[in-house]
Formats: sequence, structure tokens, C-alpha cells
Amino acid sequence: MTQLWDFSGGIHPAENKHISTTQPIRKAGIPPLLVLPLQQHIGEPAEPCVAIGQRVLKGQKVADVTGGMGVPVHAPTSGTIESISLQPVPHPSGMSDWCITLRPDGADEWIPLTPIASYREQDRETVLDLIREAGISGMGGAGFPTNIKLRPPKDRKVNTLILNGAECEPYITADDMSMREKADEILAGLRIMAWILRPERCVIAVEDNKPEAIAALKKAAAGTQTEIAVIPTKYPSGGEKQLIQILTGMEVPSGGIPADIGVMCQNVGTAIAVSAAIFRGEPLISRITTVTGRAVTNPGNFEVLIGTPIDYLLSRGGLEENALHRLVLGGPMMGYTLETPAVPVVKTTNCVIAATEEELPDPAPEQPCIRCGACAEACPMELLPQQLFWYSKAGELDKAEHLNLFDCIECGICSYVCPSSIPLVQYYRAAKGEIRVQQAEQLKADRARERFEARQARLEREQQEKEQRRKERAKAAADAQARKQADAEAAETPDGPSQPVGDRAAKAAQVQEALARKKAKAGQPEPVPSKAPEEPASEPAPDIEALEKQLSQAIAKLNTMQSMLDDAKAENADNVDKLERAVTKNHDRVKRAEEALAEAQRTVNATEAQTTDS
Amino acid sequence: MALAQQSSPHARNARSTSQVMLWVILAALPGLLAQTLFFGWGNLINVVWCISVALAAEAVILKLRKRPVVFFLKDNTAAVTGLLLGLSLPQFAPWWVSAVAVIAAIVMAKQLYGGLGANPFNPAMVGYALVLISFPVAMTTNWAQPGLLWESAPGFGETLGMIASGKQTAVDAFTMATPLDEYKHKIASHTATEVLAHPTFGEGIARGWEWVNAAFLAGGLILISMKIITWHIPVSMLAGLALMSLAFGSNADQYAPLSLHLLAGGTMLGAFFIATDPVSSASSHHGKLIYGACIGILVYLIRTWGAYPDAVAFSVLLMNFAVPFIDHYTPPRTYGHHKPRRGVPGKSQG
Repeated sequence: MTQLWDFSGGIHPAENKHISTTQPIRKAGIPPLLVLPLQQHIGEPAEPCVAIGQRVLKGQKVADVTGGMGVPVHAPTSGTIESISLQPVPHPSGMSDWCITLRPDGADEWIPLTPIASYREQDRETVLDLIREAGISGMGGAGFPTNIKLRPPKDRKVNTLILNGAECEPYITADDMSMREKADEILAGLRIMAWILRPERCVIAVEDNKPEAIAALKKAAAGTQTEIAVIPTKYPSGGEKQLIQILTGMEVPSGGIPADIGVMCQNVGTAIAVSAAIFRGEPLISRITTVTGRAVTNPGNFEVLIGTPIDYLLSRGGLEENALHRLVLGGPMMGYTLETPAVPVVKTTNCVIAATEEELPDPAPEQPCIRCGACAEACPMELLPQQLFWYSKAGELDKAEHLNLFDCIECGICSYVCPSSIPLVQYYRAAKGEIRVQQAEQLKADRARERFEARQARLEREQQEKEQRRKERAKAAADAQARKQADAEAAETPDGPSQPVGDRAAKAAQVQEALARKKAKAGQPEPVPSKAPEEPASEPAPDIEALEKQLSQAIAKLNTMQSMLDDAKAENADNVDKLERAVTKNHDRVKRAEEALAEAQRTVNATEAQTTDS
Repeated sequence: MALAQQSSPHARNARSTSQVMLWVILAALPGLLAQTLFFGWGNLINVVWCISVALAAEAVILKLRKRPVVFFLKDNTAAVTGLLLGLSLPQFAPWWVSAVAVIAAIVMAKQLYGGLGANPFNPAMVGYALVLISFPVAMTTNWAQPGLLWESAPGFGETLGMIASGKQTAVDAFTMATPLDEYKHKIASHTATEVLAHPTFGEGIARGWEWVNAAFLAGGLILISMKIITWHIPVSMLAGLALMSLAFGSNADQYAPLSLHLLAGGTMLGAFFIATDPVSSASSHHGKLIYGACIGILVYLIRTWGAYPDAVAFSVLLMNFAVPFIDHYTPPRTYGHHKPRRGVPGKSQG
């Protein structure tokens, strides 16, 4: 007997499974039109590899994923590609997506198949590729591509391979009927997956409310090491995390995958598909889907071609349109309502419930939370649903996240048990969506800020460089001026140490020149030659300002000389005549400067007059 | 074909809040029956009067708050508040004392905080504490003398007359100090045997009270078996009270014995019907255990060393203050996490 653990919480909703288990699996047949969505599972959408009007054979690949995660889509029967267009697809939002529409020709003609009798002689990678090429994705839940799931991370060893046949959701019996009728195929598929993964333990888990399925599996597994674990019926025992806890007592770490603790779960339907892909060479073109609810007169399970419209399937189940109130795809706990039955069956469609109003009545109006804690008692993830509800409703999303909002598996139990009829799961979905949007926006804002800051830094740097160049130009101009003046002085003033004024001026000019050179060197290692002509001294146009400056400087110097001469005379010093000569020279300089200024002013006036005339 | 658009889950449990509250009322009926059998018509009259006032007060305040009156009255929570006060108040409490308690409970403690689900304090106990402090004479001298309904107790008309007269004190011949009161005030100067000779104790532990408490215990067990309440708060409260009594009050000549603590006064009503009020109590299992145990300890402390003979109302209200704090530090460990996430965001621990 397999040792079992319990998970916390859980409920026992009305099962309603008997509705659809009275008849064996029937073939739904070929509908007039098949609609094949290019995206039937998480990952990348497939790209069509057929042309409109092309005839395809049953099992021929019509679309494939070239890059990224995904599996190909195959033609479920032979016929003609009618269109590649946007069609309503099964999705909670009721959206449309790209689909290939196939008009069956009724011949149901297969492409040549290449079955492999002895897969053990093949390379494991080859078998994984065959599984991918057969278009197999998980048939229980989100539809994760099976070949990728069968390739756990290199550092993770799968010790326990679990085949999930718990089927804990009310109403659904697709796995139950498959196990009853196709136990051998399930075991064959399990053996292939076990050969790939080499686990120490293989378990098929079934809830104890399916005695016929258990008996069939036990018979098929007789003499093998595969365990058939009969687990107590309690929703959501078929949830991956809960099932792992039941069978191993271990918990999948938050944010991790089962392979982190050496476990992998696969659906029993997936095992059937793997078996068909290897032993018969058939790609995944049909599945078992439950058609149930009180609004169908002939409920049961159908082997239905992928792409079959739900309304065709419902007509096979004997739908009473007047009684139909709510159409649910999936189970009553986690499924979603359809706006229209004109959507196709996809690889993950396990159940269609056509419910009457009495069966699934509209919920009562929401009442205030009385903190009764029924939700926390029943939560299989041991969350605090009522606190999550307050924080989600109040928009305090950081607190909701802190209380592990993202560990919620949206099993629907909290809403189911809530006496105040609060749609708790819907609040959590909204809060999760809000947080994801916020995170995306935060990421966007961070990137925008980084870009902005980089731009600001660049602009500032450019500004500084500009400023630097401007300063250098000004300095060069000033230096040139000073040098000229110094030259002029050196020529005009008498040499020798007895000439303190001229000497001082020359020295100052020299020092300034040296400084400027040094600065220029430091600031700009490679002096730009093109800047040279900008020196004001070489400008052809007369610079009145410069001349005025020159004049005032000359006058100032003359005044100084004069006062020095006066002082010398008063003291009767021996340099009086030298100073007298300097004063005379300076007199001449002032005169020259005055003349130059007057000349320049005349020129400018004339130019201005010309400009005004024209 | 207009198909219903709903988010999952599509199936729902049948039990609603109004049904939960109705079950609470039904589970309290054995206790009310025992009260009537041993203490006369007073409690029954009080219960009817308190529920009427509670519904009226709730309707008026809902109208003032512009809330749907019938929708909220149907949730039965106001009726439960009225019922709990009717069961707790002295049998001959004047009509206006009951009315003040109920109106304070519904208007102040419940609706002014935002109505159902938003009140931090147990409404019934707010009303009870208010009248206990404001009208101590009316609240201590109006306890009925124990005696079988068909023997000594005043008749229905007489009881109704006393309550309706509005007088602070009822006819002396019909009243008697409660066992806890009697023991508390006599034990300082008497031995246990002398104290227990008083007729209020009868031949058993506390005449009448023992049956009333047993009936409330039975009603509480029904609620637990129906999963309307969990065992955590009642068990931890009774355990806290018992442990305190065993630790400090083993000498019957000094302190009331454990049997009296458990089966006299409002212990069982408090443990199963009052402390378990979901709105104002702690939410996680750990939190409930702490919350209940602290109420039990406080009940013992106030009964033994405080000024009041019984203490359920004060203990529950004091622990109501502590509920946000307890909740903050007692979240459960979520599946897949090593530790529970205590405290506030930003100080992630698990």
C-alpha cells in the first residue's frame, strides 16, 4: 500500500460525475469545418506552413513553431485549407486569434506514418523530438509542451514520475473514461516517459471515486513496478502541488518547479498521446472531451478532433438550447464561461458543461466579509484569503504580495465556501493583473529614467566641453592681446633694470603667457588649429573696443610715467632724463592710439551708413 | 442565446451568512431554555425585547447611512447581537438599560464603524460593558434567584411588569447575588464551607448556572460540529481559565474553585458564542489560540483580583484591541514556504 499524506484545506463539492459516465467513449465524427488555433498552449504561437487552397492529409503538419517554446499543429483529417484568419478562440476574454480553417473532404486520408516499435533502441533525444513533432502539449491544465517538460534542468534528477489521474474537479470524466478504456495505452505512454527520465518511482494517482478506472489500471499494471495510488476524494487533490504533497509529503518550493524536489507530474491523457505518437506514429489530432451538464440530453465522453467547434460537439451531446444558461469550458471550479459556442476544441479542452440555471445559478449579491475564516480553513495553499481580499480590494498590493498572493492557484475554494458570496478569486486575479501591469510599468519607467539620465549626462558633458572651448578661446585672445602689448612696450620702453615699470609689465605678460600655455595644454591636449584664425588681432575689421582699451591703457601708463617723473624730479634722482624720454614716448603712443581709434570709428560709421542705405 | 458570463468558480456552497447567523441563534436556544427553566421568564423577555430593539436600531441607522435596509437586516447579525445581550443581561434589568445596551451595540459599536464586518469590537460586549459601568446598581441587583420555573420564580406577568416599570431595582424577594459575586465578597471573611452554604450555590456547583452553562456548552459543540466555529477559541479560553485557576486558586478558602469558574457566570456563553465572534476575533489558528487563552487568563485575573465578579465582557473587549497585533504576527505558513511571512512588506522573511 502506498503511503499517503494529506494536504491542508480542501472541499467536497457535489461531484456530478455520474452524468457523463453512463456511456463509453464515442467518436464525435468529422464536423463540416475545423478551426485550428495557432496558439493552443502557453509559449509561442505556431506559424502556418500551408497555403490557402492547399489540400492536406490527415496528420500533416499545417503549422510549426520555428523559434521559442511550442509544438506544431497537424491537420486532424484530410481536406482543403480554407482560410488563415482571426477566429474566436476558447479564452476567458472571448478574444479572437489566428486560426487555420480546414474544410474536411470526408476521405480522412492519412499521411504515411512511421511507427517505432522499439523506442528503446533509439536515442532519447530522438524520442523527445518525435514527441515534439507529434504536437504533444500537456492535456490536463495549461498545456505546457511535453517534450520541454520531459527535459528537466540538467542539475535536477526526477526521482518520482507521477501520472495524474486524480481528476478532482466535479463533472469532468474525460480522464476517468480514458483510464477505464485505454489503461494499456496509459501504461505504455508512462513507460516511454519513464525510459526518458529514469525515475526511481512511477505512480499513477487516482481518486477513490473511480473504482472502474482503478481496476482497469491495476489490471494493466499487474506485474510491473508502477504503483496505482488510490487517493481520498477531495478537491483539489489533482492540483499538481497538492498531488505531490499527497504522494510524497513534500512541498514544491514557492516559485519553483516540481523537478526542484525531484518530482514530475504528467496527465494520463498526455501519456495516451505519447504512446500513440511513438507506437503508431500518429500526431496529436484528437482528444477525449466530456460533454455534460443538465442542458444536454445525451451527455458523455467523445473522442473529438482538435478544431471541432463546440456547438457541433454540443449538438452531438443533444443540447437543449432553451435550457442552456451557462456554458463552461473546463470544470465548475476553475473553468471559464464561453460567450459563444462557436469556438473550437483545442488540445487542453477536457470538458464542456452546458448548465441550466438551476444547476449553476447566478451568484447571490456580495455581502460584507464577516471574517468567518471559512476560506482560510479550506485554502489548500494555506493562504489568508480574507486578508488577501481586503488588501486586493483596497489596492494595498504590496501587502497582498507580502501575504503570498502569487502562491494562489486560483482553485476557487475560497469563493466556493464564502458565506458572503464574495468572488474572492476574481479579486485575486484582478490584483495579480494589477501587480503585473505595475511591474511592467515600473520596468518601463526604470528604463525611461535610465535613458533620460544618460541623455542629461550627455547634454551636460557637451555643455561643459563647449564652455571649456569658449574659455580657451577667450584666454587665447586675451593672451594674444597681452603679448602684443608686451611686445609694444618692450619696443617702446627703455631696457634695463632701472626701468621698473616696463620691466614689471613685461614680466607680468610673460608670466601670463606661460600660464595660458600651461592651461591650454592641460585643458586641451590637442589644440585645435582651426581656432587660431578667430584671434581678434588678425581680424580684418577694425575693433573699436580693443582700440579704446588700448587708448585708455596708454593714457593710464602715461599718467603713471608722468607721476613717476614728477616724483623723481622732486627727489632730484638720476633717472629723471630717462623718465622724461619715456613720458614723451608714451605721449606719442597715446596720440597714435587716439588717431587709430578715430580712424576705426570713421570706418565703422561709413560701413553702418552703407548698411542702412542698402 | 445570451449565455451567463461569470468568473470561476461556478459552483458554490449553499450556506450563506444569514444561515450561519441563524444557526448561531438556534444553537443558543438550549441555553435560553435552561435560563428560563431555572431563572424565570426574565431572559426570554429580555431576548425578545433586545432583538426587537436591535432590528429597529439597525434599520434606522441603515436608512440614515443610505444602505439597503432589507438586504442587511436579512443577514441576521443584528438579531444575534440582540440575542447575546438578552442572554447576558440580568433577568430583571429595566427595559431602558437593555435598550441602551442594544443601541450602543448596534449604533456605536457596529454601524458607526462601518457596519457588518467592519467593527473592531464585539458589539454586544460594548453594549454590556457600557451599561455595567453606567448603571452598576441595575446591573448587579437584578439577578433572579435560582429556582424552577414552575415553583418559586415570579410569573410571566410579574416579570414583565418589573422590567417594564423601569425601576432600577427589582422586588428584593425575587433577586439574589450571583454565585461568583457571593463567593468573591464572602470568601475574605469566611471559609469555603460557610460561603457555599448560601442558597445561590444550591446542592451542586451553582444552582441553575451549572445547567445554563452546560446547555451553552452543548450549543457550542453543535456549532463546532457544523464547522460554524472552530474549536480553537473556546478550548484555549477554557484552558487559559482552568490553568490560571489551578496555578493560583487551588485553595478554596481563598479563591473561587475551578468548577465555579467554569460553570457559573458567563463562561460557556462567552467561550462559544461571544469570544468566537468572527469579525472581532483573531483569524489564524495560532492567533485564535493566543486570543482565546488571553481571554481566559484575563477572565480569571478580573474575577479574582478585579472589582467585578464576572469579566467576560471586559476580557473580550481587551483582547479585541489586541487582534490586529495578533493577526500581524500569526499568519500561517503558506505551502512551499519555509517560514510564515510575519510583519509588514519590505521585511520579507519567507
